[in-house]
Amino acid sequence: MSEPALENQTTVEIPISLDGQPHAVAMGTTLSALLASLDKLPQAVATSVNGVFVPRMQRGSFVLQKGDAVLLFQPIVGG
Amino acid sequence: MNATPSDVKNPDATDLWQVGDVVLKSRFLLGTAGYPSPQVLAESIAVSQTQIVTVGLKRTLAAQGDNGFIAIIQNALKQGQARLLPNTAGCRSAREAIQLAHMARELYDTPWLKLEVVGDEHTLQPDPFELVNAAEQLVRDGFTVFPYCTDDLVTCRRLLDVGCPLLMPWGAPIGSGQGLLNPFALRTLRERLPDTTLIIDAGIGAPSHAAQAMEMGFDAVLLNSAVSQAKTPVAMAHAFGAAIAAGRMAYLAGVMPAQDFAVASTPVGGAPLLL
Repeated sequence: MSEPALENQTTVEIPISLDGQPHAVAMGTTLSALLASLDKLPQAVATSVNGVFVPRMQRGSFVLQKGDAVLLFQPIVGG
Repeated sequence: MNATPSDVKNPDATDLWQVGDVVLKSRFLLGTAGYPSPQVLAESIAVSQTQIVTVGLKRTLAAQGDNGFIAIIQNALKQGQARLLPNTAGCRSAREAIQLAHMARELYDTPWLKLEVVGDEHTLQPDPFELVNAAEQLVRDGFTVFPYCTDDLVTCRRLLDVGCPLLMPWGAPIGSGQGLLNPFALRTLRERLPDTTLIIDAGIGAPSHAAQAMEMGFDAVLLNSAVSQAKTPVAMAHAFGAAIAAGRMAYLAGVMPAQDFAVASTPVGGAPLLL
């Protein structure tokens, strides 16, 4: 009887890639939540998942899936 | 182009150019990479009197912080000194450039985009096919596309066909400092596209190269390394500003045609002065 309750309380993590590095997030994590966990201000970075741009307005509803490749981009100098 | 005497005397007052609805005076577009310090960058922007500075974007882990450079650029922006022109440097395909362009628009809050799609690693030569494909989509997506292209006339025409409002042909490969390697092709572009805004982008090394481009009738010059890699970047920014202004004024004044024979300038007549 105790095992199912314990299972319910355990956070299930899924592997993703973050800027090319292995990373894990709780299942159901949104892109917004990921940025918050990294202390990134929403307006400080642009985001793509699996090579596709995800606009700032869509990050809150974008739920990360196992194996997703997340890239964060920031302003730099340029020519 | 017929310049009035007052235009030539004070070209800044009347000699303006436009990108869409944006009216510009400065014909000097400046890149922001490679400066020894943010302060030197800030002073170079100020001295150059540029109204357009280029910026980029990069993956966060690879960017390793910007040491205050971006704050300097944003400050210049707030003071109304310059508009930002984000680039898609590092892109190798239209698909990649399109995605990066959307990120740039969100980060920098501007539809202006310097579109770069490289087709060769050694020369960083633009890939004309990917470039045109990317430009077509981005124009459809509402971007004002400044395409970094070669001096190939037909590619340039295709870029105009898909809606680019101007063209940015190279003078020489990026960062090479070789100046205008193919004046014939550039002259042909100018002659065949007389109503198109043409900005020489890349390859400029010395102020004389920039002056040459302006004397040929190009509308503006974009450069970065020639200033940032100079021993004294601020002084070099000043030198380029003067050269670009001089070249433009010379173009408006009308440079005399070169010829293969001498023409005596002192009207002493055909006979010898002393026998």
